[in-house]
Amino acid sequence: MSSILWIKNGRVIDPANKRDGTGDLYARDGVIVDSLSESELKAAEVIDAQGAVVCPGLVDIHVHLREPGQTHKEDIASGTRAAAAGGFTTIVCMPNTSPVGDNPGTIRRINDSITRNAIVNVYPTGCLTVEMKGEQLAPIGSLKNEGIVAVTDDGLCVQNNEIMRRAVEYARMFDLPVMDHCQDASMTQGAVMNEGYWSLKLGLKGWPSAAEDLIIARNVVFSRQFDAHIHMQHVSSAYGVDIIRRAKKRGIRVSGEATPHHMYFTDECCKDYDPVFKMNPPLRTEEDRQAVIEGVLDGTLEVIATDHAPHTADEKDNEFDIAPFGIIGLETALAASLEVLVHSGRCDLSFLIARMTHMAAEILNLPAGTLSTGAKADITLFDPDAEIVVDPDQFHGKSTNCPWNGKRLKGKVLRTIVAGKTVWDGNQITAQ
Amino acid sequence: MNELIANWTRKDLISIESLTREEIDTVHALAKHFKEIMATNPASLPSLRGRTILNLFIEPSTRTRIAFEIAAKRLGADVTLVEQAASSLTKGESLRDTAQVVEALQADTVVLRHSAAGSPLYLSKILNVPVINAGDGAHEHPTQALLDTFTMREKLGQSLEGKKITILGDILFSRVARSNIFALNKLGASVTLSGPATLVPDGFRQLGVEVDLDLKSALADADVVMLLRIQHERQTSTHFPSLGEYKSLYGLNQERASWLKPDAIIMHPGPVNRGVELDSSLADSNRSVILQQVANGIFNRMAVIYLCMAANNKNLISE
Repeated sequence: MSSILWIKNGRVIDPANKRDGTGDLYARDGVIVDSLSESELKAAEVIDAQGAVVCPGLVDIHVHLREPGQTHKEDIASGTRAAAAGGFTTIVCMPNTSPVGDNPGTIRRINDSITRNAIVNVYPTGCLTVEMKGEQLAPIGSLKNEGIVAVTDDGLCVQNNEIMRRAVEYARMFDLPVMDHCQDASMTQGAVMNEGYWSLKLGLKGWPSAAEDLIIARNVVFSRQFDAHIHMQHVSSAYGVDIIRRAKKRGIRVSGEATPHHMYFTDECCKDYDPVFKMNPPLRTEEDRQAVIEGVLDGTLEVIATDHAPHTADEKDNEFDIAPFGIIGLETALAASLEVLVHSGRCDLSFLIARMTHMAAEILNLPAGTLSTGAKADITLFDPDAEIVVDPDQFHGKSTNCPWNGKRLKGKVLRTIVAGKTVWDGNQITAQ
Repeated sequence: MNELIANWTRKDLISIESLTREEIDTVHALAKHFKEIMATNPASLPSLRGRTILNLFIEPSTRTRIAFEIAAKRLGADVTLVEQAASSLTKGESLRDTAQVVEALQADTVVLRHSAAGSPLYLSKILNVPVINAGDGAHEHPTQALLDTFTMREKLGQSLEGKKITILGDILFSRVARSNIFALNKLGASVTLSGPATLVPDGFRQLGVEVDLDLKSALADADVVMLLRIQHERQTSTHFPSLGEYKSLYGLNQERASWLKPDAIIMHPGPVNRGVELDSSLADSNRSVILQQVANGIFNRMAVIYLCMAANNKNLISE
């Protein structure tokens, strides 16, 4: 028997199809359809979306699910539940697991777990280099055969330019985008926060933005030389945004992502040594923050991604120097982005949704992010004006390292639908 | 004096930055009081008899540790020392766990020296007893700044308004420099930083100080030159080429000392790398107040311990 879905009276925003207006949306057997017959309408599961935005399921191309190896922090089941609660129907997981995703067996193991445990769509990435050591190319072709959608040593950055050059050339052969965590490690030894006024004042070792800019510039050079797509992850510096902007104007195939936290917070947040604000790349200055936002607004940074990085409370409850880098973001990304971009009046809803749906999907050629007829019925309903008080204890992932803890934000996910089935109903996870 | 003590409300001493000028004055007034008492009656004061102070020194220290120990004993307190090598922290125990053990053992105050900036603040949020920062990474060393400014006041007069204090050397990695910058700004002095650009970033100007990399002009008109230990073991080799090069460009010798005003004093938090940042002939000269700094460290630490414990237990004042 067919499963029929009829979402009524919502404000349907589908930027890929330039649709923005009140109307209905239909799905049959997990696929978006133009219309339903009278009998199908009678048999449909009806969702009254009056007052809600109905958009393609959100897409996050930068998530750490910690499986295998660190499942005490997160696993594919818990991470995808967090994604569902955050309105994400498609996520891309990073390969810096334990063991790392540098061999077909590990990717197969991840995919097996995805099949068994994921409640949203998950696509794995593979490593650029063996053991992420930056010394020897990973078997990228074999990883592609296992279904990876991009290659990256995320969490680390290939320091050797010759290896990076070969990785870029080699990955291009398989039409795989290279995602890069841009960090010149020689400049960031022992660094725990942005280098600047606050690091000087607090006596914490600074992480200069130049360490990011240099690698972005290197990647622009390689992208141009080999006509390869290199995606700059979590861009945090003003000059880094500018380098990407100028490269794109020259037609170079680079792309970039902004995280909600780099758009929301600055390094001043570290002033009480709270490790919940310790992240890599670090929170930077107000000038950098504004530049990242401008980068999103002018299209330099096409996509918003969370860099969801779970760590246990015990690990984060430490001296700033000792605590690990990273914060979670799946369950706050929409509200935080709405706050910075839409409620501030800097862009409209459709603009933001585009960057969290089809434009994100297009970076890695994922079949997601649109409500086109025939597309998979991955749909998110949210109320952009409903206020939430962020409470990580109510989150669905395993970790609570959230810098928005206690903040009031506007934007509540009312329903998340994957392939026509509700996985999050606004209050609880409903996926089996 | 009791009124001053009663007005002190801080349980902890974490930083100079968070203190008001009045609070600095209070510490100095009480330190002066203790110094006068000790000059006539060096036997212990009974003020903290029966109290236990835990010196938790996770990072090696000799001078500061001994100064705190003597200060606590002069106030009649018992002192227990936990050093890095003997600490469970070397076995992977977290600072939070250690803190809870401290509380369970009913220590009345913790003096913490730690290599991680921010660790005393972290500890103070966990513990109900006073936490006194004895140096946290490159952040602050508040009691050092208190004794330094106390010494300056003794030598230059109570008001430091308009006095030029030049701090020379490794500013970037120095908690002493940061605490002194904050203290001297609050006391109205004018602070000039000097040394190689890699150790004296221009960004320090945002803390309200001058950065003058020309040693001659940095020393000219200074009332005080405060030298900092070049911690070659802490810095990567990228910050300056060698101790020899540092000495040849920035070491204070007799010739460079002649650029100072005749009555300018020379300070150093110790230990001195003799012949590197400071020549022995100057370290031992009558312009040097290095040993007075050490002595004043006792009285200022007595004052800080007493004030914080009194703020945490008002009964102390009447006892």
